Amino acid sequence: MKYTGDVIKYGDNVDTDVIIPARYLNTSDHRELASHCMEDLDRTFVSRVKPGDIITAGMNFGCGSSREHAPIAIKASGVSLVIAKSFARIFYRNAINIGLAIVECPAAAEEISEGDKVEADLDNGIIRNITTGREYKTAPFPEFVQKIIENGGLMKAIENGVI
Amino acid sequence: MAMTMTQKILAAHCGRESISAGELILADLDLVLGNDITSPVAIKEFAKLGRDSVFDRNKVTMVMDHFVPNKDIKAAEQCKMCRDFCGEKDITHFYDVGEMGIEHALLPEKGLVTAGNVVIGADSHTCTYGALGAFSTGVGSTDMACGMATGKAWFKVPSAIKFELSGSLRKYVSGKDVILHIIGNIGVDGALYRSMEFTGEGLSSLTMADRFCIANMAIEAGAKNGIFGVDDKTLDYIREHGGAEPTVYKADTDAEYDEVINIDLSAIEPTVAFPHLPGNAKVFSEIGDVKIDQVVIGSCTNGRLEDLITAAEIMKGRKAAKNVRVIIIPATQRVYLEAMEMGLLRTFIEFGAVVSTPTCGPCLGGYMGILAAGEKAVTTTNRNFVGRMGHTESEVYLASPATAAASAVTGRITSPWEVAEI
Repeated sequence: MKYTGDVIKYGDNVDTDVIIPARYLNTSDHRELASHCMEDLDRTFVSRVKPGDIITAGMNFGCGSSREHAPIAIKASGVSLVIAKSFARIFYRNAINIGLAIVECPAAAEEISEGDKVEADLDNGIIRNITTGREYKTAPFPEFVQKIIENGGLMKAIENGVI
Repeated sequence: MAMTMTQKILAAHCGRESISAGELILADLDLVLGNDITSPVAIKEFAKLGRDSVFDRNKVTMVMDHFVPNKDIKAAEQCKMCRDFCGEKDITHFYDVGEMGIEHALLPEKGLVTAGNVVIGADSHTCTYGALGAFSTGVGSTDMACGMATGKAWFKVPSAIKFELSGSLRKYVSGKDVILHIIGNIGVDGALYRSMEFTGEGLSSLTMADRFCIANMAIEAGAKNGIFGVDDKTLDYIREHGGAEPTVYKADTDAEYDEVINIDLSAIEPTVAFPHLPGNAKVFSEIGDVKIDQVVIGSCTNGRLEDLITAAEIMKGRKAAKNVRVIIIPATQRVYLEAMEMGLLRTFIEFGAVVSTPTCGPCLGGYMGILAAGEKAVTTTNRNFVGRMGHTESEVYLASPATAAASAVTGRITSPWEVAEI
């Protein structure tokens, strides 16, 4: 799995209430959710995000509510990958379950700047900052999680009897 | 291999003698929960599988609690989708307006969770049932859909932090102060991916309401679950509420913990979490004059009868401060009825508060108490993120029912100890 995109950078503890405010949870329509993504943290996000863009963030990204609407809104807004120092656990599993690529890499999350162009090869565990030339190593997903992703999500993995 | 309490429950639910932290397992589920916000997404996922029925119609429950009575047309459509699904699949435990309550107060009250269970819920505060000695954790809608279809969920076996409790709480100090104190110390990711296991000789002094409140906010420290050792109070609670036969698991005496934290309950003071993180905990020696516009007493954290009794004790014979809106939300229909029979509702209304039907409404900025820019609220809810209760320039201060009631009396953030002396 390879991803290339421009970086939009945020800080620590980006919670699911700012990723998709509860006032928009009266719908589960992906495009509508995407149109309010990050609204309470960054009103410019929706207008400037481009297909393939990569979000980098600090500690505990996605903390708070279990709303799957949060990774759905990010994915539907065109973001290809989220790199963070750490993820809140429900967000982490929701992202895997719906097929939003995420990776924990504290050094990359710290050093990559807003606007940098980044390339990530998650199969080989390498993140490369094309703008600065710096490279970072990441741990591959556990085999169990890889199976979920390879099978196209949790539902299909269970249906196929692979986990 | 010695195991924590959580590991023992999970081992028993995946047919293993022993499991250890970091392993990935597929566990059998005793209950799968969703609400009116998360279930519609799960129902759409479930439909993709093309199955006629859920794995066990008695082990799936949906509670309409976030935006009901329907706050708008879209909310009405989401509830209708849940209602139609539960009707079609013949789900036994579907709770709609008239029968509902806030899910995490309702399920224990209905006896749907017992000690030793494994429960997933598409709501982050599903960790509440740890108070009953169950493993319960919040998941997303896809996990809920899979759980409904297969009766299983995958978990990475967590390690744990042990909280060794001693002493007992002082007057007007409650479980809310304990958990805010803990999150203040370990931080909002202090227990990330891990269990918070509560044990020790101080445990027996905590009421079930205190335990539900503490387990409820384990997620606010990033934890996978919060869990309490089972004692006579737990067993009495389960029996009184018609719960299934409990299975009591105890951590091995030589179980390994990442950390052991000692908490002297008698040293805990009324505590308030300042905006915009539940970890920004302060005690009153650190709190100056903070004027407020609104008080909310309710939610899955603090909308139980004990919480309302405490609030009423402080409000009785007093009046709400001028220009402070006080909103009280009993967590379930039963709590509402009991509060009415005890005369608490009269106390609240004479105080100048409004009493609402059960709803999550204001806690997540849905409806029923939204804040304008620049407004401040003291609430007994569980999150104070930016914009959580309304405008992004409003502020939410998390506190116990006693502190919220005391603040409603004075119109500024106030310790219940101060008001009790008046």
